[in-house]
Amino acid sequence: MKILVCISKSPDTTSKIAFVDQNTKFDENGVQYIINPYDEWYALVRALEIKETLGGDVTVITVGPVADDAIIRKALAIGADDAVRIDADPTDAYYTAVQIAEYAKTNNFDLVLTGKETINYNGSQVAGMIAESLNFPFVSLATKLDVNGSTLTLEREIVGGLQVVEVSLPAVVSCAKGMAEQRIPNMRGIMAARTKSLQVVAPVSVDLLTTYVNYTMPNAKSTCKMIDPTNMDELVALLHNEAKVI
Amino acid sequence: MSVLVYINSNSGLHKSALETVSYGKKLGGNLTVITSGSADDSKLATLGKYGANKVLVDRSIQGDDDQQLTQLIAAAADSVGATTIMFSHDLTAKAVAPRLSVRLKAGLISGAIDLPAADGTVKVNVFSGKAFGSVKVNSSVQIISLLPNSFQPQENGSDCAVESFSANAPASLIKVLSTKKPEGEIPLPEAELVVSAGRGMKGPENWGMVEDLASALGAATACSRPVADIGWRPHHEHVGQTGVAIRPNLYIAIGISGAIQHLAGVNGSKVIVAINTDAEAPFFKAADYGVLGDAFEVLPRLTEAVKKFKASGH
Ligand SMILES: Cc1cc2nc3c(=O)[nH]c(=O)nc-3n(C[C@H](O)[C@H](O)[C@H](O)COP(=O)(O)OP(=O)(O)OC[C@H]3O[C@@H](n4cnc5c(N)ncnc54)[C@H](O)[C@@H]3O)c2cc1C
Repeated sequence: MKILVCISKSPDTTSKIAFVDQNTKFDENGVQYIINPYDEWYALVRALEIKETLGGDVTVITVGPVADDAIIRKALAIGADDAVRIDADPTDAYYTAVQIAEYAKTNNFDLVLTGKETINYNGSQVAGMIAESLNFPFVSLATKLDVNGSTLTLEREIVGGLQVVEVSLPAVVSCAKGMAEQRIPNMRGIMAARTKSLQVVAPVSVDLLTTYVNYTMPNAKSTCKMIDPTNMDELVALLHNEAKVI
Repeated sequence: MSVLVYINSNSGLHKSALETVSYGKKLGGNLTVITSGSADDSKLATLGKYGANKVLVDRSIQGDDDQQLTQLIAAAADSVGATTIMFSHDLTAKAVAPRLSVRLKAGLISGAIDLPAADGTVKVNVFSGKAFGSVKVNSSVQIISLLPNSFQPQENGSDCAVESFSANAPASLIKVLSTKKPEGEIPLPEAELVVSAGRGMKGPENWGMVEDLASALGAATACSRPVADIGWRPHHEHVGQTGVAIRPNLYIAIGISGAIQHLAGVNGSKVIVAINTDAEAPFFKAADYGVLGDAFEVLPRLTEAVKKFKASGH
């Protein structure tokens, strides 16, 4: 079983979010990057579990500059066998997905896994775009994934419910909470990661379909009105008359 | 200018569908709705009231397979010459819109929270709601998915025609073994009122109090991440940066500290109430109304107050 796991970097969840250059660029100053949690906790760990029971190879891939080698080494330390970095800025989901699909096309993966979405752009776009580019079936937001021969059985969230589905390999799956548990890399993993292969691939030329023109910050909340904990009638009245939400 | 709106009508017409049609109407031009499945014609016709000129329906496909839906929407877009294709940013859109974007080479804007600005850019949440981005599409056709609860449905027209449509979709590659739909529950991302609780509730046996308040209000329930992680509550209730992002009209946070990752998923809420025993809890800085007190005493009182308010004819 050959599994490709797509990872992306995202700012540490405690990072201060700010913008520079007239609010056109994310301020990376002092920002620590992590592997996007959905990619790491669910997609990567489930891929490793499958490999541990059925054998095979787990390759991680990211589209990003050389600085992203740090998060790739972490994925290798957690247990991926090898890694690929497409040397380009992942400015647009379509651009990113086509880069990954191009690599996947020539390397015959049985299964492509991604996280449910990134926590910086939250688009939930890349996995579906890879699936369409490869003409593979796609199961989005899966919370459970089992392999039986050349068939996958998955649980996924659908609008207002849960569904159990079956799909044949090759396929693309985006992974959500429930799929696996986070793994912390151990010392042996970290040492081993240093010698695992990290292949750098030049990007193919692709037009950007979208552009982020600028960014804004939400308005700060005015001060919080404190209500006497013994007077909940007052709170209800305020929610009705002042806030007008009930 | 021609707008095509995909709606999921399998479990009736959700408010999010009405929001999306109303939004599409505001973009101007002719508006066509495309859907699949078994909803009644008479029900689909009511979309005319929200701005649809016509509803197309393909009854041969069920809507569980994103490849079939992609084919359906692409065929409909071609037949009406759509320049904008709209979705509600729900689980179906997350599966289908990216495929369609590749199929049509059309830029995709996911999770719009407002109408396009004068320069054509559309505002979306970025960094899980910690900031907004203005995105523009570089292609001749654009795809927009609208974040639920970001745009109010607007009713003023009359029923419209419903026509059958065939996409000649390929056979489904996804075999559905079972579907479980909880009865009567409000899907969290669409809920206007949300009652949410955290580790301050001490244990799952105490959630009755939270549910009582929610049912008095007609609200959905949510929780913080640790609460879902330890299994006190189901995963789909977990809100925050690594859970569901929501923007209800009212978010009541009970015994939740207000960590940055939690706030990221809820600070788009119009009004926030925080109930906490700790005056220093960060949630008070993000809230509009605060109650400094013990949830175990405050909750029953609040539920009573809500019941009294409802009983007085509201
Ligand atoms: C990468 C990453 C991603 C994360 N993503 C998320 C996410 O998506 N969502 C999320 O929620 N968290 C997330 N977290 C976790 C987050 O940092 C917090 O740990 C978590 O939100 C805390 O949950 P809590 O407020 O329920 O519990 P606690 O922090 O333990 O807070 C409990 C609160 O209850 C109050 N309390 C106690 N007793 C009572 C009482 N009797 N009455 C009233 N109040 C009482 C306390 O004063 C306290 O404020 C993430 C963390 C990381 C590192």
